[in-house]
Amino acid sequence: MSEFDHDDGLSRRKVLECMTWVGTGVLWTIAGGVPHSLGIMGEAAAQEVKGLTFMQISDSHVGFDKPANPNALGTLEEAITKINALPNKPSFMIHTGDISHLSLASQFDDADRIISQSRLDVHYVPGEHDFLDPDQKFYRERYGKAAKGAGWYSFDANGVHFIGLVNVVDLKAGGLGNLGADQLEWLEADVKSRSASTPIVVFAHIPLWTVYPDWGWGTEDGAQALTYLKRFGSVTVLNGHIHQVMQKVEGNVTFHTARSTAFPQPAPGAAPSPGPLKVADDQLRKMLGTASVTFKQNEQRLAIIDTPLQA
Amino acid sequence: MLRPIVASTTLGAIVGTVLAAGVLFARADAPAGAVSIDNFTFGPASLTVKAGTTVTWTNKDDIPHGIASSNNAFTRSKALDTDDSYSFTFTTPGTYQYFCYVHPHMVGTIVVQAATGSNVTQ
Repeated sequence: MSEFDHDDGLSRRKVLECMTWVGTGVLWTIAGGVPHSLGIMGEAAAQEVKGLTFMQISDSHVGFDKPANPNALGTLEEAITKINALPNKPSFMIHTGDISHLSLASQFDDADRIISQSRLDVHYVPGEHDFLDPDQKFYRERYGKAAKGAGWYSFDANGVHFIGLVNVVDLKAGGLGNLGADQLEWLEADVKSRSASTPIVVFAHIPLWTVYPDWGWGTEDGAQALTYLKRFGSVTVLNGHIHQVMQKVEGNVTFHTARSTAFPQPAPGAAPSPGPLKVADDQLRKMLGTASVTFKQNEQRLAIIDTPLQA
Repeated sequence: MLRPIVASTTLGAIVGTVLAAGVLFARADAPAGAVSIDNFTFGPASLTVKAGTTVTWTNKDDIPHGIASSNNAFTRSKALDTDDSYSFTFTTPGTYQYFCYVHPHMVGTIVVQAATGSNVTQ
């Protein structure tokens, strides 16, 4: 991560410029502080982007083999292949959780084998499917050794402050995603000394805002976390979990969810349950994808480009 | 008066299911109860059994679920993949609230009644 660390005033003025939904991944551009949509991943890559561009992949569910997608590992590999084919190499990648389907060591191994083909640094946060091993230790052993608590941490890149949060452990009966008091306390301290002009990117598995509580699509104490970020001019919240693209802008905060690389889920309330959505074979890859995010200096918003595996 | 007849027929079907589950998952002489997990819902949402009953949850979804007591009153299950089951024998009367620890908005209740002098199995 250190190669992206810049602490000069100039870089602090940079803002998230482009956030886009990429079916395979989301390509995010940060420039000037506000997220911008670059279009689909191919279009975004074709532009001359000065600043920082990183990828988001999510919900790879390695090991999933049910009718909605009998080969989730295969579609993850397709996503990585598309990322590798981008003309402008992203600086790094974030993975917003549910790496595995059942937290088996073999599933994490398979995921690593495919994702490492991108030759990008990958910053992970866990999904609830990554804590299903009996001792709940595989995720932390593999991805969270340098992190706090269940796996939260922050880092800086090109003047942007990135915060990876965990909202999938210690869940309470009847509740939604949960950050917990320890993590909230850490978050408050983590951002306290930073200038309000620092662009902030928060990423976590379950949406931090309430998308659809009947299906558990929200975070119990997400609003509390956002109060610590209120004074910042540019805040971008990147989530997964719901296997579909959704975006909301509220003041200086842009919320965005990325597609899964494994299987789609229904729109809120559009089915009896949020279970995997079985679509026609020739439609599946239009509903899976990635995102790229680009930050450009002197622009306020990040540009997020969501690109499906297949247009 | 049609309603009670329908109800007793349904009850008969449930008892049949329960007995079959007992043979499969518990001692043949022990009472059994079954909860199905389907479409991210526990069915029935509330199950009433006699003390000593072995309750078996079976996951019919394409997504894993996990059973946990809301107040740690009974042992939590491992993650249940599709068609996996988890059984727990409730020996102490009381009301047991539980939830899916993977999807905590999913909640259910097991009501355990005292096993009276009457013969539970016959």
